[in-house]
Amino acid sequence: MATDKLIRMATQMADFFRNQPDHPAPEAVAEHINQFWSYQMRRDFIAQIRAGAQADPIVSAAADFITLPQSAE
Amino acid sequence: MKDFIIPDRDMGTPMSKSTTMVTLNIDGISVTVPSGTSVRRAAAEAGISVPKLCASDNLEAFGSCRLCVVQIDGMRGTPASCTTPVSEGMKVHTQTDEIAQIRKGVMELYISDHPLDCLTCAANGDCELQDMAGAVGLREVRYDAPKNHFARRSAVGPNPEWRPKDQSNPYFTFDPSKCIVCNRCVRACEEVQGTFALTIEGRGFDSRVSPGMGSDSFLSSDCVSCGACVQACPTATLIENTVIEIGTPERIVKTTCAYCGVGCSFDAHMRGEQIVRMVPSKDGKANHGHSCVKGRFAWGYTSHRDRILSPMIREKITDPWQEVSWDEALDFAATRLRKAQADHGKDLIGVITSSRCTNEETYLVQKLARAVFGNNNTDTCARVCHSPTGYGLGKAFGTSAGTHDFDSIDDTDLMLIIGCNPTDGHPVVGSRMRAQLRKGAGLIVLDPRRTDILDTAHMGESWHLPLRPGTNVAVVTSMAHVIVTEGLYDEAFIREMCDWDEFQIYMEFAADPRHAPEEVEKLSQVPAHLIREAARAYAAAPRASIFYGLGVTEHSQGSTTVMAIANLAMMTGNIGKPGTGVNPLRGQNNVQGSCDMGSFPHEYPGYRHVSDKATREMYERVWGVPLSEEPGLRIPNMFDGALHGSFRGLYCQGEDIVQSDPDTKHVTSALTAMDIVIVQDLFLNETANYAHVLLPGSSFLEKDGTFTNAERRINMVRRCMTPKNGFEDWEITQMLANRMGGNWNYQHPSEIMDEIALTTPSFAGVNYDLLDREGSVQWPCNEDAPLGTPVMHIDGFVRGKGKFLHTEYVATDERAGSRFPLLLTTGRILSQYNVGAQTRRTENVVFHPEDILEIHPSDAEVRGVREGDWVRISSRSGDTSLRAHITERVSPGVVYTTFHHPTTQANVVTTDNSDWATNCPEFKVTAVQVSPSNGPSEWQEEYSAHSELSRRILPAAAE
Repeated sequence: MATDKLIRMATQMADFFRNQPDHPAPEAVAEHINQFWSYQMRRDFIAQIRAGAQADPIVSAAADFITLPQSAE
Repeated sequence: MKDFIIPDRDMGTPMSKSTTMVTLNIDGISVTVPSGTSVRRAAAEAGISVPKLCASDNLEAFGSCRLCVVQIDGMRGTPASCTTPVSEGMKVHTQTDEIAQIRKGVMELYISDHPLDCLTCAANGDCELQDMAGAVGLREVRYDAPKNHFARRSAVGPNPEWRPKDQSNPYFTFDPSKCIVCNRCVRACEEVQGTFALTIEGRGFDSRVSPGMGSDSFLSSDCVSCGACVQACPTATLIENTVIEIGTPERIVKTTCAYCGVGCSFDAHMRGEQIVRMVPSKDGKANHGHSCVKGRFAWGYTSHRDRILSPMIREKITDPWQEVSWDEALDFAATRLRKAQADHGKDLIGVITSSRCTNEETYLVQKLARAVFGNNNTDTCARVCHSPTGYGLGKAFGTSAGTHDFDSIDDTDLMLIIGCNPTDGHPVVGSRMRAQLRKGAGLIVLDPRRTDILDTAHMGESWHLPLRPGTNVAVVTSMAHVIVTEGLYDEAFIREMCDWDEFQIYMEFAADPRHAPEEVEKLSQVPAHLIREAARAYAAAPRASIFYGLGVTEHSQGSTTVMAIANLAMMTGNIGKPGTGVNPLRGQNNVQGSCDMGSFPHEYPGYRHVSDKATREMYERVWGVPLSEEPGLRIPNMFDGALHGSFRGLYCQGEDIVQSDPDTKHVTSALTAMDIVIVQDLFLNETANYAHVLLPGSSFLEKDGTFTNAERRINMVRRCMTPKNGFEDWEITQMLANRMGGNWNYQHPSEIMDEIALTTPSFAGVNYDLLDREGSVQWPCNEDAPLGTPVMHIDGFVRGKGKFLHTEYVATDERAGSRFPLLLTTGRILSQYNVGAQTRRTENVVFHPEDILEIHPSDAEVRGVREGDWVRISSRSGDTSLRAHITERVSPGVVYTTFHHPTTQANVVTTDNSDWATNCPEFKVTAVQVSPSNGPSEWQEEYSAHSELSRRILPAAAE
């Protein structure tokens, strides 16, 4: 999937969660992504971040908290 | 087929809501009624029928016909019973010799100026004047009036008092020669509809019903064609053209309108399998006997010649369609879907459920994806309209639905309307709002356009905050800033229903000077004093309600605005009691239902996440197959995937994604890239131009099922006629599922509802028997609430404590700049509906034949655009051409259009920006440029050529 789009979407999430007082933003972004994105999108996103894509620090940090089903790893 | 005849007696005057009871005696019968009831209604309650012509129980008493006169002990003369309120111990006589004589005299005068062509009259058998003549025993008319209104000619020449019929409206005829000037139509237009299009011109014998100015016809007047006047008319003066053509109906089927999210109940008046007329049900709990032009009149599309009745297939989308048998079409579809899975993986196909189809049909389509395809790739058009409502309200309150019923409007002191245009989009709710505004309720409208609700006759205080598209979060948060900094919040409510400590942190956030109206004015262009006044008025109203629409959700910060709205309601205690609440007005008839039924890729019916083990295991038990715990693809993700080869097949029921979804070129390239696209629809819609299989669908008049409206009300849809295509839509889905190994065996939609109730806690108590008995129920409907739940969150929020989320404004990426200096926002119009597939195939096209671009005079002038000129509108996504209308309804810098017509394809221009939480597209903000043009754009011409090519149909081979 077009990964620049995935990063753009994650950045929008970061813009929301960076302002919430109760949860660390990277975890909150990752939780949102885990809940709403298909595993293919999550897989592509993680790959893109790990490949060094430019992204907001919250977005980059979120990648570590994103889970994948065993079959997709 | 069921035939419901509900006693629908007209009680003469509206019901009194008083709790003080009064006992009186009418014709020797003792009757107890609420104080404020009229004598006419009290008599009706006692089963006594007092003759009447000008009275109706949906209109205030008028006292003009003098037929309902009675005698009351101790009172002089013969008062009209409709305008006389009851009092304790009153003794009323409705039938005396004196009264009989008066009534006969009154009728004699009426009939002296009325034609006696009853046998050939369209109202024959359904005429109150005829009934009353019988009731009073009229046997002769002694007056030979020197002047009358009904004879076209007299012995000496043309009758100057006669007026021709007005047949300008496509749906009804106005025949002044039959008018008795009872004023019911005029009053219905005012009191029920709130349009004030009709009036009585002249005095005495010259009194005539007139639409607008003397020179106006019904079509050219302010009339919105709701038909309330037609329904109110006791004679044939205002009557449906279909009744004139067909005659009186012979049975009634109660059903639910398939247009907007109001979900009006209708009595389909039938003759055989033919509809004679649709009359809004008086006992309909969403609409109470009112409707708009779409529901009452615009149902002709169901028998339009464009309907596709035979299944069709083709190898390539450039081939002509081939008509085939159902077996062949379904085998073709099933084989192709399975092949796509075998070749590319099981997760590479999906479904789009329909918000126009029934709950039962939607449930089956999502079940098809989950249980038969083996993935969770199911989405619905709610993705592109109210998905942020689901997310935002879910986070704040714990459940994603509107909090109140529409009846709550009658109790509100102030309405805050954000990003919705109820008089066009949800007309019956708009009329109810207008009725409450006339009673003095306050009104605040946040909208880039000056919507019609702001022009309500006789309304109280109102504020219009014409914000720049894309700044909702800033303005709503700024209202919260005012409430917080001025101490206008409801501390007791917050302490009880929310977390007080959390609110302290929220207050700190909201009180920051960056949210002050003076700061927000700079980016929203709303004068600071208006934001302050609106916030104070909202907080001060004893019972304030919020209504919002797609102008809130269809933004990059749609979900955030929904949360900001929830914050406002919670901090002022406007939740859980009548007249308050947060009420999303849903776009399509069954958007609420399609969301409830598990259409979203991440959740099962009843909003339970697919990763929730207990729910998943329960469905695995009931459905007998293993299920995926992975969220599936949302509509935009499906398109993105298709362009990269990771999505190959789609079954799309009753949606026209090519026209309704943003960035048309992106959508069409995605569809072109798929191996198999199956469209199930009434017509060869725009999406069908890219499909390989067309499964003809059935209309709402041809099926049984339920729709759930914006107030969570589950309404019955009942089959009025045999499906022209042969099957109800749920049957088609079942046939497809079974060809793919589904092994389903539903015999009737009621069995599907039983499965929904079995598996979904909030629907546990719902079944067809209950719905038949109660008419409708609002979910949650279960052991705790066996008859449903009109108002939610009364004793606490569904999630426990209400949550205050911090709603920071983040400007959208879509900004006006030098290349695209204007902001386009889109919406809809009263007479057309969504992509127009239905309404464009009715006479409604006389009201709105094409999409028009609204542009401010100053923006038009600098571009050399004149009224009615063709203009080109372009964005970074694409361009299209349409005609311009110059108006100050839009602010400078903002242009507006509708998306009802495929020839315009407004969505060629909209972009792929979307809401951060739900990917709901940002339809409401697109940076554009507008320039004069000579006609259709290159894209429009290419598209129309492709449409023509892809719509060729070869008949089935002769056998």
